[in-house]
Amino acid sequence: MSTNFNRKDLLGIRELSPAEITHILDTAESFRDVSRREIKKVPTLRGRTVINLFFEASTRTRTSFEIAAKRLSADAINISASSSSVTKGETLLDTARNLEAMAPDCIVIRHNCAGAPHQLARICRAGIVNAGDGSHEHPTQALLDALTIREHKGGIEGLKVAIIGDILHSRVARSNIHLLTALGASVSVAGPGTLVPKDFTELVEKGLRVERRIEDAIEGADVVMILRIQRERQTSAFFPSMREYAVHYGLHLEHLTLASQDAIVMHPGPMNRGIEISSEVADGSRSLILDQVSNGVAVRMAILYLLAGGGRAGGDVDDTTKRIGE
Amino acid sequence: MRLLIKGGYLIDPTVGENAGRDLLIEKGRVAAVLKPGEDAPEDAQVFDATGLVVAPGFIDMHVHLREPGQEYKETIETGARAAVAGGWTSVCAMPNTDPVNDNPAVTRFIIEQAERAHLANVFPIGAITKASGGAELAEMGEMKRAGIVAVSDDGRPVPSSGMMRRAMEYARGFDLVVVDHCEERSLVAGGVMHEGRMSLILGLRGMPAAAEEIDAIRDCLLAELTGARVHLAHVSTRGAIEAVRRAKHKGLDVTCEVAPHHWALTDEVVEGYDTNTKMNPPLRSREHVYAVLEGLRDGTIDAIATDHAPHHADEKALEYDHAPFGVTGLETGVALALDRLVHEGVIGLERLVELCSVNPARIFRLADRGTLKQGAIGDVTILDPDLSWTFDAAKSKSRSRNTPFDGWQFRGAVVATIVAGRIVYEHPELKQIRERNEANKREEIEAKR
Ligand SMILES: [Zn+2]
Ligand SMILES: [Zn+2]
Repeated sequence: MSTNFNRKDLLGIRELSPAEITHILDTAESFRDVSRREIKKVPTLRGRTVINLFFEASTRTRTSFEIAAKRLSADAINISASSSSVTKGETLLDTARNLEAMAPDCIVIRHNCAGAPHQLARICRAGIVNAGDGSHEHPTQALLDALTIREHKGGIEGLKVAIIGDILHSRVARSNIHLLTALGASVSVAGPGTLVPKDFTELVEKGLRVERRIEDAIEGADVVMILRIQRERQTSAFFPSMREYAVHYGLHLEHLTLASQDAIVMHPGPMNRGIEISSEVADGSRSLILDQVSNGVAVRMAILYLLAGGGRAGGDVDDTTKRIGE
Repeated sequence: MRLLIKGGYLIDPTVGENAGRDLLIEKGRVAAVLKPGEDAPEDAQVFDATGLVVAPGFIDMHVHLREPGQEYKETIETGARAAVAGGWTSVCAMPNTDPVNDNPAVTRFIIEQAERAHLANVFPIGAITKASGGAELAEMGEMKRAGIVAVSDDGRPVPSSGMMRRAMEYARGFDLVVVDHCEERSLVAGGVMHEGRMSLILGLRGMPAAAEEIDAIRDCLLAELTGARVHLAHVSTRGAIEAVRRAKHKGLDVTCEVAPHHWALTDEVVEGYDTNTKMNPPLRSREHVYAVLEGLRDGTIDAIATDHAPHHADEKALEYDHAPFGVTGLETGVALALDRLVHEGVIGLERLVELCSVNPARIFRLADRGTLKQGAIGDVTILDPDLSWTFDAAKSKSRSRNTPFDGWQFRGAVVATIVAGRIVYEHPELKQIRERNEANKREEIEAKR
């Protein structure tokens, strides 16, 4: 099992092969079973250290990684850092060198600048997990989305997925597009022209449909993913008003009549109800938003396990889960 | 003080001379161009150039030497040392120092520091507007008297077309060429790389080609309106090169330069987020690189200039978004031209000499340079077009190391640089190179031309 994933770092989905993605998802599935047992802890990463280095506040993602580390019996250390390294007089690389002195096995990094995890990975011995870098990638979010889709749809291949909203600035969208197209889904994106540049069709080799109207993207979709609108960013520059956004690009119940009959709705959270998604949709039966949260822990356990030594040391997740029963 | 450069192959497009010639330099000037075997004074110091190319000294029209104000990145002395190691006998220093070179006192300071360093010639470029602030004209006349060769607000390009028009009209009165860094800033706000497929993939904010092209087209229109001489710095896009091509067809006095990284690299190398791939204009996509090569081939591009922009390692160690724009280039530019342009068949050696010497001297009106005619200043660049070598940034003569070409292998090297008849740089392995070149090198060069 461990032979299918021999990377030091998880920096993005784009560089992963379909086999690697599937291997991570399979591993995560085993851990999801662990999470559903009474004793949720396995000793796999006992004695290993995971540092959560967050330059951007995100309680959800940080907590998810922290729980994942603890369920694997690793020591988890949280560090919140200022992202304005320029004013602080310490470079990102200085910070990394200081952390290396603690000899961590894994550093989970969230940063508002694209590429920060890559810069870290070049100089750190520890495995680096990208927990979101600027507008670039958020690989564990895409993996947990895929796990959720797989759970409900049986697989990814052949599905039609619509991604709606601020594609331009969204790391979630990028990681999802790479993952879904790699596993054989067809993806359409839609949103205001300012946030969905026409060149997005070239993002992946297999191609991507860029639609002007969200209705055209949702037509026949098996999965509808809604992206969060970041109020602080978009208000003035990219569209005239939240009201207009909600009317023209928000997901409403009637949109779902265009989608396939058993279509599911996903949102990476936190939601702006009444803007990108109406409450009727968010709380409706098609919504899998809470499933996404619980799958997050399983995916992050799988990643830490594969990077922080469990996988690389040859330990098998099945052995691990068996041992818990003993 | 006589120097005889003996046995070399002279390439000088200004006299149509491409042949084995000996060059005698006396009191800093070319005293005679001799046929092989012609008598030369016996007391002259001899530089054996057997098997090597001898060319009029190369002139880099666009460098940032950081002095005064940012001596931790570079000084005029370290910059000049890097220049001669890269084959440049002259460099033209952009005014974005601290303080900005917008008055004759700063101009004189730069010239004095260059004289003290006594390596390459340094020609200052003055600011177009005071503090390059874009609001008021700088004292072009006074700076010209102090020694500037052009005006530019490189790095902080003049945003207002109205101000640019005034600057061109005013500069014309002093026969100063206006050098513009073309960038419509409202289109690149916050951008850190070329906008296109790669910027979308990498999630970095883009700088569209249109931002450069709009300003390039504007400048060509203003050149027509004002009759001024206009030179576009570091063109990197199809549209900007196209604009210059059209302006030349119309007979306007518009010229342009290109930086080596813009033909040697594409925006694909930004993957990995190495901040030594961040410069302005940014590395472009393949189609623009093809346009640059075409412009070099068909004569639209007049000059090669490095845009040498040293930065301290700590500044480049920041996130891609926060690291400053710019890469060093003085020591790799000529090698990139030999390796990627001459050996790839884009241009010949004669055209290379035009791009690196003849045209820069003409555009900046550097009297008696860019030529090795009798009476010209004895600035000479000596090349071995076939020497293979590897660039090691750690051994750079520049004070900074921010190059994307560390560890690159090149075919073609600078082996000596001579300023006013004085050898200011010699390749450390010159003796071995000479031995290797003993054999019939001359025929090879003949064939390559
Ligand atoms: Zn510039
Ligand atoms: Zn410059």
